[in-house]
Amino acid sequence: MEIRPILASLRKHRIPTLLIVLQIALACAVLCNAVFMIGKRVSDMHLPNAMDEAGTVVVNVQGTDEKLVAADIPRNLAALRGIAGAQAVSVVHTMPLSRNNWGWSFGLTPDAPVSDPNNLNVTLYFAGENADKAMGLQLRQGRFFNAEEYADSKVDGGAVPSTHVMVVTETLAKKLWPGQSALGKTVYSKPYYFTVIGIVADVLRPYTFALDHDRSYYDIFLPVAPDAVLHEYILRGAPADRERIAREAVAKLQQLNPQAVVKGQTYQSIRDQYFANSQSMVWILVLVCLVMLAVTAFGIVGLTSFWVSQRRRQIGIRRAVGATRGDILRYFRTENFLLSSAGVLIGMVLAFGINLYLMQHYELERMPWYYLPGGALTLWLIGQLAVLGPATRAASVPPVIATQST
Amino acid sequence: MFGYYLDMALRSLKRNRVLTGLMVLALALGIGASMTTLTVFASLSADPLPEKSSQLFYVQVDPYPKNEPFSRSGKLPWLMSYIDAMNLLHAGRAERQAAMALSKVKLTPENAQQRPFFSDGVMTTADFFGMFDVPFQYGSGWSAGDDEARAKVVVIAGLLNDRLFGGANSVGRILRIGDQAFRIIGVLRPWAPQPHFYSLYLGGRDYGAGDAVFLPLQSARAIGQMPINLFSYAAGDKQKLETAPSTWLGFWVQLPNTEAASAYRSFLGDYVRQQVALGRFQRSDAGLSSLMQWLRDQKVVPDNVRVQMGMAFSFLLICIVNTVGLLLAKCLRRSAEISVRRALGASRAAIFMQFMVEASLVGMAGGLLGLVFAELGLWCIRRQPAEYASLAQLDVRMFVSTFAVALVASLIAGILPAWRACAMAPAPQLKSA
Repeated sequence: MEIRPILASLRKHRIPTLLIVLQIALACAVLCNAVFMIGKRVSDMHLPNAMDEAGTVVVNVQGTDEKLVAADIPRNLAALRGIAGAQAVSVVHTMPLSRNNWGWSFGLTPDAPVSDPNNLNVTLYFAGENADKAMGLQLRQGRFFNAEEYADSKVDGGAVPSTHVMVVTETLAKKLWPGQSALGKTVYSKPYYFTVIGIVADVLRPYTFALDHDRSYYDIFLPVAPDAVLHEYILRGAPADRERIAREAVAKLQQLNPQAVVKGQTYQSIRDQYFANSQSMVWILVLVCLVMLAVTAFGIVGLTSFWVSQRRRQIGIRRAVGATRGDILRYFRTENFLLSSAGVLIGMVLAFGINLYLMQHYELERMPWYYLPGGALTLWLIGQLAVLGPATRAASVPPVIATQST
Repeated sequence: MFGYYLDMALRSLKRNRVLTGLMVLALALGIGASMTTLTVFASLSADPLPEKSSQLFYVQVDPYPKNEPFSRSGKLPWLMSYIDAMNLLHAGRAERQAAMALSKVKLTPENAQQRPFFSDGVMTTADFFGMFDVPFQYGSGWSAGDDEARAKVVVIAGLLNDRLFGGANSVGRILRIGDQAFRIIGVLRPWAPQPHFYSLYLGGRDYGAGDAVFLPLQSARAIGQMPINLFSYAAGDKQKLETAPSTWLGFWVQLPNTEAASAYRSFLGDYVRQQVALGRFQRSDAGLSSLMQWLRDQKVVPDNVRVQMGMAFSFLLICIVNTVGLLLAKCLRRSAEISVRRALGASRAAIFMQFMVEASLVGMAGGLLGLVFAELGLWCIRRQPAEYASLAQLDVRMFVSTFAVALVASLIAGILPAWRACAMAPAPQLKSA
């Protein structure tokens, strides 16, 4: 296909050409960034969380008399164990993705104070007895806590429990002791220290970190005896039973603690609430992308249609002197290809610029390179599809037009 | 003449119904999306207290030790320690001043049928109500004397009053907070400044429903109410909030004019230097930010909202480019018609006007339809789970600006085609036709 005549004709229609190129460029730039943001949020929403998300029920009990917890908690747990279908029950202080974080910083040397700049900030999960079973944690190495370790560990209004053993996630173990076995290693925050006795599969923190997914897994589990900080009762059962278990657990705890404020929900709903904003943002971005591509496609259709009707006579002449329908079709498709190419080239540069701007002003990473050709390809395809209708109409212009005067 | 242009424009638009429809639809989608996001952005970045905000200032000092700084980039701590808040409160150098923290408050209804529940509480000091122009339905706030005496008095929001007392005047009645009896001394009218400027960093919502229970700070602490947010760097701080260097209070002052503001700034400087001399502080920096400055600095508008607005306006730009292209193509096809009009004596200005009228017709139609899309968009936003969802309402200002945006967009889109049309030389076109 000869492209010189196409270029010559585009040069004659400089302004419409520039406009369509500009439109494709803008659409490409916005599309790349929007798809990148969509992908980012979707990957955040699918961060693995190694617990039984489907079968866990969480019941929050607050406003009880703190002096009575030592007796209340075992009584409440015993009552919950009686619920049909509850395979394991426990009490903890917070759950993954609940936005309720108890953080502390640790170092690897015995004299590291909490504010040491080299320390790592981690989430503390205070685990009541059987928390591993009730959450469905997956032990990878070592062991979980024994009855004695639970009984010996007190918080009593302090910042950190009095135990000296902990269980860490795989990602945290790798981060703190790369290439070594974490079992038996110790972290410090003067005067506290904890030694690893077990490693579990990665469980999310109460907050996720969009820029560094590994950081979303920096958490340690500490055993805690019945204490006022423990107010999230968790029950694990079959996913089909979870609504009923939640209802029965709330009723039971309300009856046992008439002065308490009791709120029950499935773990699934905690997770859904955490990602609700991301979810709606994804839908909004998808909608904007689709509408934007549709508008761009219609713009191409409209402009090409005008060109076709403007050039009916020239098309007729070309047909009369021997051009086939295919030639005419190819002419318009090649023309569109050239316009799209110019558009996506500018668009990719623009997309890169927008990404740099967003990186400076928002919590966003650099866009991986493949989003650029991906966006370009999409617009090429849309261009070709959009031009198909007008080009077919052009190809069906009969040669006899050439002999008619306009 | 205008009527004639209008008639010509309508005829021209009618001649290509599908194309006109597409132009209007594209413009309307762009305008609808932009106005939806702009409305949300405008209501989220609005002035929460338009009459008062220029007089309100947020105070920051830094009690953190040198080797354990609050931030490594030199930021001042967001909140204040109890000691500093009380020192500044008692110094009383501003027209009004108040310290505040948020706390979850457990309320037990008198009616045994109703179960206890948690409410959003504010622990604060006497000037809070006067400083923020909080409107009272019944009764009033408490005095500085009540603060000192740890009086068990409470001010409640109208919504809570409706729930507990059926909206009746409950001043003088008892509210059970935890296991303590507090006497109600005031009931508020609906009051929820958007954004909740005073609760930034205190652990509450930034937008949405207002707080329900207002307690004197010391009285609340005396019954063991804890602040929701607390920044501390020593393990035992939680038990001794009043003496520990942990920070958990927001501190606002009212300074009626710039002289008062600069006087307070120098007082604050003296205070900080005095604390450095005493060895309590390491840093002699202090912050005094006006309300709107504080909201801007803390980027209270969520990133999602900004990104959505950017997307919507890029989309509008694409729609405008699209409309320019289509109008231009249309106008070039009508070169014969234009030439005839020019040859018959129409001036360039007349041709220009004619095409601008056509463009603005597209714009008005786009604006009208865009308004429908904006309402639809806002309706969707109100169904979102975000805490600002209920604020997404189109007001008169936005209603008018929708048309302004539509008209400006279409006129921008019309200029180029109109200019091309009027710059056309009539002769060659007539010859070929």
